[in-house]
Amino acid sequence: MKMRSILVFFQVMTLLFLSTNLVMAAENTPWQQDSVPRLPTDDEVNAVAKQLYCPVCENIPLDVCPTLACEQWRGLIREKLAAGWDEEQIKTYFVNQYGDRVLATPPARGLNWLVYIIPPLAILAGVYFLYRAFSAWKKPADQLEPEVQAPAAGAADEYAARFEEELRKRQANTFKKGES
Amino acid sequence: MTSDPAETTNLTQATPPRFRWGRILAWLGLAVLLAMLAMGLVNTQRGPVLVGQDAPDFVLSTFDGQEIDTQDLQGKVIVVNFWASWCKPCEQEAADLEAAWQDYAPGQQVVFLGVDYVDTEPEALGYLQKFNITYPNGPDLRTRISQAYRTSGVPETYFIDRQGKLAYVQIGPFRSLAQIKGIIEPLLAQ
Repeated sequence: MKMRSILVFFQVMTLLFLSTNLVMAAENTPWQQDSVPRLPTDDEVNAVAKQLYCPVCENIPLDVCPTLACEQWRGLIREKLAAGWDEEQIKTYFVNQYGDRVLATPPARGLNWLVYIIPPLAILAGVYFLYRAFSAWKKPADQLEPEVQAPAAGAADEYAARFEEELRKRQANTFKKGES
Repeated sequence: MTSDPAETTNLTQATPPRFRWGRILAWLGLAVLLAMLAMGLVNTQRGPVLVGQDAPDFVLSTFDGQEIDTQDLQGKVIVVNFWASWCKPCEQEAADLEAAWQDYAPGQQVVFLGVDYVDTEPEALGYLQKFNITYPNGPDLRTRISQAYRTSGVPETYFIDRQGKLAYVQIGPFRSLAQIKGIIEPLLAQ
């Protein structure tokens, strides 16, 4: 008897679990599978459109481009969304039709890699050169390595003596000229 | 008093010039980058294909599923018209182009090809139906054909002679059927 009531309890619980799952699944059914297909909203269309650029109107994202060509493209996105296509499928379709240049973000392949590599490299190089420059500025003068070998003390004295001798001669000559 | 020459030599030997790979690589990278930029600039500044030059070959996948390779059309005069359904000036010449095609189709010496530039297929098909256009038309997939011809917009029409050389370029719409025929006739006579 006890065994039977346990079995009944488990059967009831299983039924409850299954029915709960069914209700949840019905609530979470995507709109594409509804009996009446829902038309995508402008926001949904623009979410895809802003990732695309029409080659006719360069530098204007598709979601804000006012030309007839771009309007047609947005209409096409709406059709594809209504047909159940996801964002990636739509972007792939546009790339196949019109080329990579319609994408706002270039795909990371071939020479496009440069777009992703060069800016960080340039920033890193800039930081490195700034670091080098600031380090050099901070270094006290007595720690700087002498780039040119300093003349020996004796040589400097000899030079100073010759210099002063030359000055004396010039002053004497100037004085003589003034007297005459 | 002079400095000891032996000491100076020792100092020089103590700091040999280092072979700086990092610096060389940086300059090399910069040179490559500048070369690529220069090539890109040259490409963009090349302008359209000039009359007398070899016309670029291409394969047109038409809306009705044909594959037309211009290499297979050598010996014929080819008229390549770039258009789009959103292009209002294209509508001005659509009827004249179709009329010209109807005139030359029986002789099979002139081939008309319509290249639909940056367009959506439903609208393009609607345009072809609206103007009863019957010559082969297809999309410019990945804009390869317009890039090969370096077009500046639509409508543009390129006339290729029997030798595969570009013979005439019409930028903008044709004014009349007579104008189109006036360009084709001398090419047929060659």
